[in-house]
Amino acid sequence: MLRQLKILEFTLSSLLRRKHKNLSLIAVYTFTIATLGSVLFLTHALKLEATGSLTTAPDLVIQRVAAGRHDLIPTKYAEVIKKLPGVESVTPRIWGYYYDSLIKANLTLVGTNSHQGKLDLLEGRLPNNPKECAIGIGVSKAFGPAIGDNLVLEDSKKSRIVFSITGIFRAESNLLTNDLVVLQEMALRDFFTMSPQLATDLVVQVHNQREVKTLAKKIKYHLPDTRPITREEILHTYDTLFNWRSGMMLAVAVAALIAFCILAWDKATGISAEEKQEIGILKAIGWETSDVLAVKFWEGLVISLTSFILGILAAWIHIFVFGAPALVPLLKGWSVLFPEFQLTPAVDFYQIFTLAFLTIVPYLACTVIPSWKTAVTDPEHVMRG
Amino acid sequence: MILHPGILSLLCGSLITFLVMLFASWLGVRILLRWDMESSSEEQLLLERKTWLISTLLNYALGFQVFSAVLFVFTAEDIHQLFVGAMCATGSLNANLVGWLVLLVKGILLFAAAFWVVLNRLDQRTEDCPLVRPKYLALVLVTPLVGLDLYLQWLYFSGLQPEVITSCCGSLFSAEGESVASELAGMPVKQSMLLFFLILGSYLIILVACIISKMAALRHLLFIASVLMFFVSIGAVISFISLYIYQMPSHHCPFDMLQANYNYIGYPLYVGLFSATLYGMLPGICQPLRKYESLQREIDSVEKQWLLFALVGVLIFLAISCGQMLFGSFKLLGY
Repeated sequence: MLRQLKILEFTLSSLLRRKHKNLSLIAVYTFTIATLGSVLFLTHALKLEATGSLTTAPDLVIQRVAAGRHDLIPTKYAEVIKKLPGVESVTPRIWGYYYDSLIKANLTLVGTNSHQGKLDLLEGRLPNNPKECAIGIGVSKAFGPAIGDNLVLEDSKKSRIVFSITGIFRAESNLLTNDLVVLQEMALRDFFTMSPQLATDLVVQVHNQREVKTLAKKIKYHLPDTRPITREEILHTYDTLFNWRSGMMLAVAVAALIAFCILAWDKATGISAEEKQEIGILKAIGWETSDVLAVKFWEGLVISLTSFILGILAAWIHIFVFGAPALVPLLKGWSVLFPEFQLTPAVDFYQIFTLAFLTIVPYLACTVIPSWKTAVTDPEHVMRG
Repeated sequence: MILHPGILSLLCGSLITFLVMLFASWLGVRILLRWDMESSSEEQLLLERKTWLISTLLNYALGFQVFSAVLFVFTAEDIHQLFVGAMCATGSLNANLVGWLVLLVKGILLFAAAFWVVLNRLDQRTEDCPLVRPKYLALVLVTPLVGLDLYLQWLYFSGLQPEVITSCCGSLFSAEGESVASELAGMPVKQSMLLFFLILGSYLIILVACIISKMAALRHLLFIASVLMFFVSIGAVISFISLYIYQMPSHHCPFDMLQANYNYIGYPLYVGLFSATLYGMLPGICQPLRKYESLQREIDSVEKQWLLFALVGVLIFLAISCGQMLFGSFKLLGY
């Protein structure tokens, strides 16, 4: 034990003697780890954010499918579903997308009395007549109006409709409300020219969570042209999606890892004459091959761990302090009005372990052979010339 | 499914390990064919140097194997959310039954790797290296196992279908099923406790006897006791230790205790059990090697250390598994 500590001490001092070479290696290694780590941390944080906001999502959403595509659902379907035992409530929802050519972005238009959950995060109030609206902070930033100003939208007949803004959603609900415009239900029906017998989808609340799957099956049986979507399914899909995206990014970043390994191999192979002489002298004064190998092992470990800790710190700062400027456009979504949100710092042991396995193993593996070559150096051969 | 970060790093790590092992066994075969301790030719000198390369390669590769086993269980735990009905690693492993085979192969590799590293270290300490041939033969045998591990992992992860409804640990380790696991869970608690403490008690007695006396027969006995203890303990974990840890009379899962909600208590438990088994088996395995004089000296110098490690391991295992039994509020046996 004490012997290994002495060897470690020797390793550290010999690393310090070749400061520049090792520091450049550590810098590149740190950068590689920070890149991979950022991907892992960001997707993990986004996953948490998404699952956190989905906890208020409805148990079951019923869509109608016509010709294999999502279609408007007749509100009378709600009556059929309401009669099934176990159903707490059925609410038709009216919502849709609106492309604004001025700011070149998609807005989400939602009719009130159909939007549930987070509405308490509002400054001002919700619209209570057909001429009013409430908007998300992204919309407010894009157009620049405040409470009391007007918002002008073009309906499907290209006629302009003016809404006065009565409320703006606060930034905390950003991920959910950023591109939102809330109107009264009747006003939105007029805007979309949607018949009162139709809705975009139906929201079903269920008393007992265990019955959600059975109810979904029953609804599908009674109304064969519908597609019930459970919250569980949405959560799985998000999970799979984020895993897939981060895996995709990692697969791309593995190229960088390979490039780094080549660098490490090169650095480890091309030892200087000075270093060779050092090892020659060590062996001449009685060091064994196993001791030199131990030095090389500690060297690899010190470099790996230093870079690993620095890399994780850099990734953490990149993601949670600066909000991941380098990665966000690739990972978050495709919408143009992008929420700016502060991610909750959440790193679990599993992420760190995965990252360590992904980066340290290749580094150690590609420095084994060069370090063995150094370790078996013949002292006589080296010192002679 | 393959693009999950944990799965990617597992497959990458296993691939690297396999390549390293392949390279090492290629060198190993050359050593097997050409090794001649008596010769002082340049080739022999080169081969002797190559043995250092092989042992370094193997130390790394087998070290990776330990981490990869942990990461595999970790990943199986993490991906359970993707399967409807799965609540822990059991669910993920059930989603594609090859997963159990991967776990088995990883377990075997863990023991094989540990034995190889220990024997190699012993051998390298001697002047004449009497174990060169058996060692490299074993290396050539272990390499396909590492390849199998990689292949099975690939098969497992590529075969996972996130939509499939799997059974959670509640149904596999419940008392009504017909599998081996549920046979274990359904075993009467009193009998299995009796068996567990009987085996563990005799293991402890033999272990202490080995520390005191140098009799060869005791080492052989300890070997048998270690193997028995390993299997009986795994059975006991499923049958009743898990019940005490979860404080629930119907929850028999051996993986849930690795989760954060149980303070990762499973890790020290399994590490204790593993080291008790490994170090308990080593003196018995080394008994036949005592015929080489140089090895006998080395074995004598480290054997006491092994026995102490085994003692510490078994005490950790006992403390964790029985701590709840003695001091917890949960009572399994009737009054």
